[in-house]
Amino acid sequence: MNIKKILPQLLTLLVVILVFGFFSYNAQINMENRGITFGYGFLSQESSFDVQFSLIDYDGSHSYFRAYLVGLLNTILVSVIGIIFATIIGVVVGIARLSNNYLINRTASVYVEFFRNIPLLLQIFFWYFAALRALPLPQDTEPMFGVFFLTIKGFFVPAFVWNNLDVFIYSIIAAIISIIFIRIYAKKKQENEGIQTPVLSISIGLLLILPILSFLFGGVDASVEIPVIKQLSQSGFTFEGGIKLPPELISLALALSLYTATFIAECVRAGVQGVSKGQKEAAASIGLTPNQVLKLVVMPQALRIIIPPTTNQYLNLTKNSSLAAAIAYPDLVLVFAGTALMQTGRAIEIVSITMLTYLSLSISISIFMNWYNKKIAIKEK
Amino acid sequence: MFKYLKQLTSLVAMVAVLFTFTTETMAAKKSKTLKNTQKKGFVRCGVSQGLPGFSNADAAGNWTGVDVDVCRAVAAAVLGDANKVKFTPLSAKERFTALTSNEIDILSRNTTWTLSRDADIGLTFVGVNFYDGQGFMVRKNSGISSVNDFKAGVSACTNLGTTTELNMRDFFNSKGIQYEPVTFEKADEVVAAYDAGRCDTYTTDKSGLAAQRIKLSNPDDHMVLPETISKEPLGPVVRQGDSVWEDIVRWSLNTMIEAEEYGVTSANADSMKTSDNPAVKRLVGAEGELGAALGLDNEWSLRIIKQVGNYGESYKRNIADTGILPDRGPNELWTKGGILYVPPAR
Repeated sequence: MNIKKILPQLLTLLVVILVFGFFSYNAQINMENRGITFGYGFLSQESSFDVQFSLIDYDGSHSYFRAYLVGLLNTILVSVIGIIFATIIGVVVGIARLSNNYLINRTASVYVEFFRNIPLLLQIFFWYFAALRALPLPQDTEPMFGVFFLTIKGFFVPAFVWNNLDVFIYSIIAAIISIIFIRIYAKKKQENEGIQTPVLSISIGLLLILPILSFLFGGVDASVEIPVIKQLSQSGFTFEGGIKLPPELISLALALSLYTATFIAECVRAGVQGVSKGQKEAAASIGLTPNQVLKLVVMPQALRIIIPPTTNQYLNLTKNSSLAAAIAYPDLVLVFAGTALMQTGRAIEIVSITMLTYLSLSISISIFMNWYNKKIAIKEK
Repeated sequence: MFKYLKQLTSLVAMVAVLFTFTTETMAAKKSKTLKNTQKKGFVRCGVSQGLPGFSNADAAGNWTGVDVDVCRAVAAAVLGDANKVKFTPLSAKERFTALTSNEIDILSRNTTWTLSRDADIGLTFVGVNFYDGQGFMVRKNSGISSVNDFKAGVSACTNLGTTTELNMRDFFNSKGIQYEPVTFEKADEVVAAYDAGRCDTYTTDKSGLAAQRIKLSNPDDHMVLPETISKEPLGPVVRQGDSVWEDIVRWSLNTMIEAEEYGVTSANADSMKTSDNPAVKRLVGAEGELGAALGLDNEWSLRIIKQVGNYGESYKRNIADTGILPDRGPNELWTKGGILYVPPAR
């Protein structure tokens, strides 16, 4: 270690500390001057505001911390839904862009160019207010399959009412664990004896049979609760019972998926095109079927190109979900950095918690995707 | 040694103060905000993003409204010109931060005076320029004629982060009605969502309901229910810790109300200098030295009345004549059956 190497490092560290020190000192002085106190004690106080849509039991008599959890879970919910749909749409459109069929190819291109070049906030407004204009009032709606009701006040779907739900869940967990073991066994068998086991059919069978057994012998019982229309006033109606998905959630998830899917589609297209033609030809020449070529040769290599930029898109989607505040979807920003901030006036505390939360969410997604990326990377032997 | 030095300096300071003593410089010295305002040449005023009757900008960017008039009154008093105001439109979310972080000097944005806001977050409310209360708007064809007609499952659209959200919960809880709150950040989206049928009712301050009703596609299909479920005293706010500035804003508002009480208007203010009533003479600066106590000259209140008008004129111009709330209700003088009652300027 010589001084030339250490000195720049030390200077950088010093500058960083000084900058942070200056800002926190400045904030402290200014807050003191204005009689603003600092502290996180408010988190345990009663929030006294209600939230439209919550995954956990919550009302205004709970604490601000509970309101934070409500917002966080809603953010995670819309992000997960968005990521799943964006991935499905993205993969389909990405592959469609490579299609030799002119119509499919062009349609996919137009979709990508259109949706990725319009600001997301506008798209969210469009889907929300378009949905509000287009959807029928509860009294005018036609049921889908007799049990689903899509109305301006939300999408009402039947709910399951369970007896012994835990036994049912255990049966599914048991099925998943056995599938994992069967896969390991099948892989070994193929490596040792070269015989392929029909893992897929066995897996599906297990996933069906074990839960059915739990119904027959485990005392599991489920009945369906169908939403029923309810009159609120001479012209106002709503539905009661079942599960209600608010229109805000639906339009936000729709906008986020359609927007992010365009970027994922481009990642997929780039990934598949990035696998050299020689690989496919070589695979075909040793007698692999087209399906096997895609599954065993093209996709494993394409995924290595697709995963890193797609991770970015997942992160973007999660962060973009904070635009929910514009259309009344009660996410973290609306509930916590919105209502809670304004009711308590604790701007610094709440904004810092919110920032840390988004940071943690993004880092979690990154860590998972990096793990997956490592898993599928070329293993030098 | 140091002890004596300290005493000596304070003695010198006291003598110096005695010699140069005028209340005006005292007040100006004490108030950083006043000094900065005079240096800048304009009053920095936080208003709403557009609420007709309270603070609303026309196509040319001219702000009007009763909230706007409070800021104009302060500008007239401090700078001598009611137009020397820089307006900053703020959302409900931004308003307090803008004030505490020194972006604006007066927040005059239909803001409800509550204990926690006054005491907890570095703000000081200086008075009330509009007594409001929360109400509900419904569709006429719903047949709902009273808040007692609401049934469980009702969905209510409102603005985010206002006292409205809290009152709504208290109200529906007290009635034992389960409800669905749909909260938006901006008033325009609340109106659009309610208009489309997303919500059965739209709840906010009654003045706000009256003002926003005009924006609905068919205003006549909607009505405001008669009940008022909360007290919403709206008034201007300043930063905590500058009591001189606080006094200036408070007494600018009080001057407008007192001027109405004594029948002093923008048209007759000059002629009132020769009035027989000492209270009127004090109000127009013809008697007493009231301005000096605020660090201002003695014509400050006369300028407010001449340039902005009294409270009644401001109300008529902004709220009554625009058809928002022709009936003054509680915002009438105490002498005429309302609750506007301000301490005497003397």
